[in-house]
Amino acid sequence: MADMMAAGETPEILFWVGCAGSFDDRYKRVTIAFARILNHVGIKFAVLGPEETCTGDPARRAGNEFLFQMQAVANIQVLDGYSVKKIVTACPHCFNTLKNEYPALGGNYEVIHHSTYLQQLINEGRVKVEGGESFKGRRITYHDSCYLGRANKVYEAPRQVLAALDADLVEMKRSRANGLCCGAGGAQYFKEPEAGKKDVNVERIEEALGTGADTVAVACPFCMTMMSDGVKNKNQEDRVKVYDLAELIAKGQGL
Amino acid sequence: MAYIQQFLFVIAVGVTGFLISKRVGLIRRAIQLGRAENRSDHPDERLKTMLLVAFGQKKMFANPLVAVMHFVIYAGFIIINLEVLEIILDGILGTHRLFAPVITPVYPFLINFFEVLALGVLIVCVVFLLRRFVTKVPRFQPERHEEMRPSWPRLDAALILTFEILLMTAFLTWNAADSILRDRGIGHYGELQGVVPDFVISQFLKPWFSGLSDGALMAYERFSWWFHILGILTFAVYVTYSKHLHIFLGFPNVYFSDLKPKGEMKNMPEVTKEVQLMLGLSPADAAEAPAEGDPVIGRFGAKDVDDLKWINLMNAYSCTECGRCTAACPANITGKKLSPRKIMMDTRDRLEDIQKGWKEHGADYKDEKSLLGDYITAEELNACTTCQACVQACPININPLDIILQLRRYRVMEESQAPASWNAMFSNIENNMAPWKFSPGDRFNWADQINEK
Repeated sequence: MADMMAAGETPEILFWVGCAGSFDDRYKRVTIAFARILNHVGIKFAVLGPEETCTGDPARRAGNEFLFQMQAVANIQVLDGYSVKKIVTACPHCFNTLKNEYPALGGNYEVIHHSTYLQQLINEGRVKVEGGESFKGRRITYHDSCYLGRANKVYEAPRQVLAALDADLVEMKRSRANGLCCGAGGAQYFKEPEAGKKDVNVERIEEALGTGADTVAVACPFCMTMMSDGVKNKNQEDRVKVYDLAELIAKGQGL
Repeated sequence: MAYIQQFLFVIAVGVTGFLISKRVGLIRRAIQLGRAENRSDHPDERLKTMLLVAFGQKKMFANPLVAVMHFVIYAGFIIINLEVLEIILDGILGTHRLFAPVITPVYPFLINFFEVLALGVLIVCVVFLLRRFVTKVPRFQPERHEEMRPSWPRLDAALILTFEILLMTAFLTWNAADSILRDRGIGHYGELQGVVPDFVISQFLKPWFSGLSDGALMAYERFSWWFHILGILTFAVYVTYSKHLHIFLGFPNVYFSDLKPKGEMKNMPEVTKEVQLMLGLSPADAAEAPAEGDPVIGRFGAKDVDDLKWINLMNAYSCTECGRCTAACPANITGKKLSPRKIMMDTRDRLEDIQKGWKEHGADYKDEKSLLGDYITAEELNACTTCQACVQACPININPLDIILQLRRYRVMEESQAPASWNAMFSNIENNMAPWKFSPGDRFNWADQINEK
């Protein structure tokens, strides 16, 4: 972003990568896939790079309002400093926080989740799923992220993106508004679960495996880890893969 | 004799009114313990939500069969109460079927309609008892749910359903006995011969009573009439002590429910001021002493019910313990201690205990207990994934998550009692700008791989 600014250019969108997208080895692959799609379409986008910091979502959900607001106020200063108007992010937690919670602290942006953005690109004909891996006849089930679905009612966009793959989309019993959490939200990702009979991600992956799908599609870095761990827990990693929407589209495009 | 009945009736209605108004006053005072929050914005949207969710019971239709059964009881409750108006006027004035000569053409139609509903209510109440105690719908079972273990929640449910069954039976058999007395042309009953016909359901109950003598029939007619109306009055008082309060509070509870996206957590303006000061961003007014009329800054987060918002407390009194929230909760499904229903029941129990304190020790009494610690434990709070499934599941838009988050805020900000790994996550965010210990300078490293295959 700083380089674009220096060159006097204005990006179409700011791609908010998020901490997982920047540091988590698995989710970096999603960041790369999404960036490749954007490059392929020719969208002028910027990232904040080292100037990006945690939105504060896990701190706020854990109860640390001070830390959340410190992060939020600092991020808003940076975003406003670059006069950012439109943000696209692949993380539903960043999405929810930037979209719904920054306005109360003076940060007002148009915030779009990458599932919605990809759907728009597909609808406009700018992204065509061709030239890569074929998904025809493959069974894919989509796991709703709480902070995309229930929190912000984005249920259709991810499904429409998957529909572009021409695969066989199968739903789990608990989907859309009734979708079951992967177990990571509310800062659970950053601690051991409380004592119980079972881990939430195992409960969820059992349901996903029950659909007979060979691919579990996710749209959230935390869901990605939880579902992947669930597949490993069930020793199904040879048969069932967990992918983000952007990865599937990039594969379909041969990017 | 007639005057004595009228006299007793007026006293019964008066006592009921007194008891209800006293109890309503206490509940109102308990809800007002909560912190202020404006929930009167966007009246059009609120009204629409109330019409859909409360009147239309939209969210109940997630399970259509149960929704239809619940709707029968709900419609029965609202519509049969029109008949109660006649019963009360008859009781006060010493009349019999006061409206029959006045609205003769529609009167049989109305009573027939009430009778059909009454039979529907009766059947559904039996089915609901069976669901709860015979087929054992999981969310009601004490073996699975700690908050269902005390005897009261189960007794409360059984009492309500039994009450309804008895009231409906009294209503239908009263009509049957009355019809026979009318056929026989006895006293004032006979005066309505030719005005009031037999009714659609109770005509089939007439054979049960046809062998009785005139005296016995009149005795049963009076008994069932009194049983029905005293039952309704008792029930009206009972409801205010019961989970069944949702029949009234459900409506305002939905009207004042949150219109914002479910994922949005409320900002804490008192924290914003401090953060702006710390970052040297203080807007002119923030550096000064709090302006007059500013609410006194209390605790950060909530330790007890008076730290919560009034709507949280209204939620607690509106909860009917159906457990749809708990059945949808990922933590509860996987055997953790958290149950959103218990959060609501604990909040209400805490308010009730405070009320008891007022009664015993005067209106300003406050005991040493608090919602956090004495009712809700840290283990429950820490199990929440903030997935909002509980909020989604509640048929009357109760928000258990909001209470959980406010209690978490107190644990973390006032008591510094976050789990150790959360503290590590906090310090990573503070020092490394990410919840993990990576160097902020490496944030852009992924870009190196963008052209690799």
